Amino acid sequence: MMRPNPVTPRLLIGFGAAIVFAAILPHLVSDFTSFQFTLAMSYGIALLGLNILTGYNGQFSIGHSAFYAVGAYTAAILLYHFEWNHYATLPVAALVAFVVGFLFGLPALRLEGLYLALATFAFAVATPQLLKFDAFEHWTGGVQGLFVPKPEPLIGGLSADQSLYYVALAIMVLLMGVAWCLLHSRSGRAIMAIRDNPIAASTMGINTALYKTTVFGISAMYTGIAGALSVFVTEFVAPDAFNFFLAVNLLIGSVVGGIVSIPGVIFGGLFLVFVPNFAQDISRAYPFVPPPWAIFGILLILAIYFVPFGVWGAVERVSARWKRKSAAGR
Amino acid sequence: MDLFLQLTLAGLAIGSIYSCVALAVVMIYQATDHFNFAQGEMAMFSTYVAWTLIGLGAPVWLAFLLAVGISFLAGVIIERVIVKPVENAPVLNQIIVFIGLLVIFNAVAGWIWEFTIKPFPSLFPEDLGFKSELIGPHHLGVIALTLGVLALVFAFFRFTRVGLAMRAAAANPDSARLVGVSVGWMLALGWGLAASIGAVGGILVAPIVFLEPNMMAGVLLYGFAGALLGGVSSPGGAVLGGLVVGVLENWVGQYVPGGSELKLTFALILIVGVLVFKPAGLFGRVVVRRV
Repeated sequence: MMRPNPVTPRLLIGFGAAIVFAAILPHLVSDFTSFQFTLAMSYGIALLGLNILTGYNGQFSIGHSAFYAVGAYTAAILLYHFEWNHYATLPVAALVAFVVGFLFGLPALRLEGLYLALATFAFAVATPQLLKFDAFEHWTGGVQGLFVPKPEPLIGGLSADQSLYYVALAIMVLLMGVAWCLLHSRSGRAIMAIRDNPIAASTMGINTALYKTTVFGISAMYTGIAGALSVFVTEFVAPDAFNFFLAVNLLIGSVVGGIVSIPGVIFGGLFLVFVPNFAQDISRAYPFVPPPWAIFGILLILAIYFVPFGVWGAVERVSARWKRKSAAGR
Repeated sequence: MDLFLQLTLAGLAIGSIYSCVALAVVMIYQATDHFNFAQGEMAMFSTYVAWTLIGLGAPVWLAFLLAVGISFLAGVIIERVIVKPVENAPVLNQIIVFIGLLVIFNAVAGWIWEFTIKPFPSLFPEDLGFKSELIGPHHLGVIALTLGVLALVFAFFRFTRVGLAMRAAAANPDSARLVGVSVGWMLALGWGLAASIGAVGGILVAPIVFLEPNMMAGVLLYGFAGALLGGVSSPGGAVLGGLVVGVLENWVGQYVPGGSELKLTFALILIVGVLVFKPAGLFGRVVVRRV
C-alpha cells in the first residue's frame, strides 16, 4: 500500500527552502516568466485534485477538463456580467465545481474504474459543445468566449503578474496543506482503504458511497479553483480551451509528477507549461521531429512503462534506498 | 411522415457506422476487459491511408481493401509492441497507454496530412439504377456494406477454427492455453480485426463528416454509447445498439429543441443513463464477481 508522503525533517527543510525560493523567484525573472509559473501553479492545483481522486481514492477520471471549465466559466461569468471582485469569485467557483463534481460522482458510484473512465471521457468530449450552446450564449459568450481583466496588484510596488504569482502560490500551498491533512486523517485512511480494497473497506464500516462521492466533489473543487485561477492569468475563457486534450494534459501532468503524491504536482504543473514550448521549438527547428503532441503521447507511454510512479515517486525511491544504504553502513 | 422516414433511414446508415465502431470496441473489450479509447483515432488514421492511396491513383475500392488490410497489420503490431508490456498492469496504466495512442495518432495525422478538412469520395456510385426520395445512394451502400461486414465477422467467429480459438482465448485464457491456443497471438489477432472493422467505419463515415484528424471523436462516443446500450459482453447487442443510437441521434436532432447542437451531450446522457440504470446493457450478461 502506498502511503501519503510521510513528513521527515529533511522533507520539512526541503519544503521551507522551496517556499523561500518560490517567494523570491518573481523578482529574479521577467513578468512573462512569472506569468508562466502562475499558470504552472494553476495546473498544479488541478493535478492535486486529480491525484486525490485517482492516486489516493482509486477512481479514474479522464474528464477533469470539464471541472476545470466549470471553475473557469463560473469565475469569468461573475467577473464579466456581475463585475465581482476577482478573489470573491474563487469560493463560488470552488463551490460550484464541488456541487457539479458531487452530482457527477453520484452515478459514478455505480461505475467501476473502466466505466467511470468512459463516463468522464464522454463528459470531457461533450463539454466544449455544451459551452457553445446557443441558449447559454448570453452568459458564456458562445464560441467567442469572454474577456476579463487581470486583477489589480494587491500590494503597491508589485506588477499585476507578480501579485497574481503570490496569490497562486499562497493558494497552492494552502490547498497542498489541506490535502495533506485530509489524507493523513482518519478520513484519509478510509479514502485509501477504499482504493486498496473496497469490499474490505465497507466491511470495516466505511461508508464507501459517501466517501467516493465526496472525494469526487473535493477533487472537482480543487480543479475548479485551478480553472478560476487560470482565468485570472490568461484573461479570457473560450470553449475550445477546455476540450479533451486539456483532460489528457492533466493526466500527463499527474503521471509525470507522480499520481500518488502531493509535492509531485509541482513537477507536473511545470512540465505542462514549459515542456510543450520546448517541444514546439524543437519540432519547428527540425521538420523531421514529430509535433509536440505526438512527443507527449510517446512520453506518456514511456513514463507508464518505466516510471509509473512519476518524478516524486522516483525521488522517494532514491531517498529510501539511500537511507537503507546509510543505515547498513553504520 | 416522409421526413420521419428519411431521418430514420439516414439514422440507420449512420447507426451502422456506429455499429462498426461499437463492434470493434466490444471485440477488444471481450478479449482483454478494456475499452480501447484509441479506436476512433486508429480508424481516422486508416481513413487517411485510404485517402493517400486514392491520391496515388488507386481505384476507390482497391484503396478501401488495402487500407483495411494495412489496418489489420497495424492493429496486430500495436498489440504486440505497445499494449503487451502493460498486459498485467493496473487498469489505470492501460487506460493511459490507450490515451497515449489516441494522442499520438491524432497528432501524427495532423502532422502528415494537416488539419484542413478534406472531402472523401464515396465507395458507391451516384447512380444505383433507381432513385429514392427517402435515402441517398451512399447511405444505402453504407447499410449494405456494414451488414455484409458484420455477416463476415459473425461467420468467422462461428465457423472457423481460428474464430473458435479466439473466442476460447477471450472466454477462458488459462484453459485455452492448456489446449494449445496461443492466447497472446489471439489477442493480437483481435486487435487486428478490431482495427480493420474500425477502418471500415472510418472510410464509410468520411464522406459524411469530411476527413479531418478530429472527425472520429463524436463517432467514437456514439460507438461507445451503442456498445453500452447493447451490452459490452454481446457483439450482436453492440451492433443493434449502434443502429438504435444512430436513429435516436437523428430523431433527437430533429424533434428535441436544441438537440442538433447538443449531440455530444446526448451521447453523454445516454452513456451515463445506461451505466446507471442498466449497466449490463440490453443484451449483456450481468457479471457476478467472486470476492
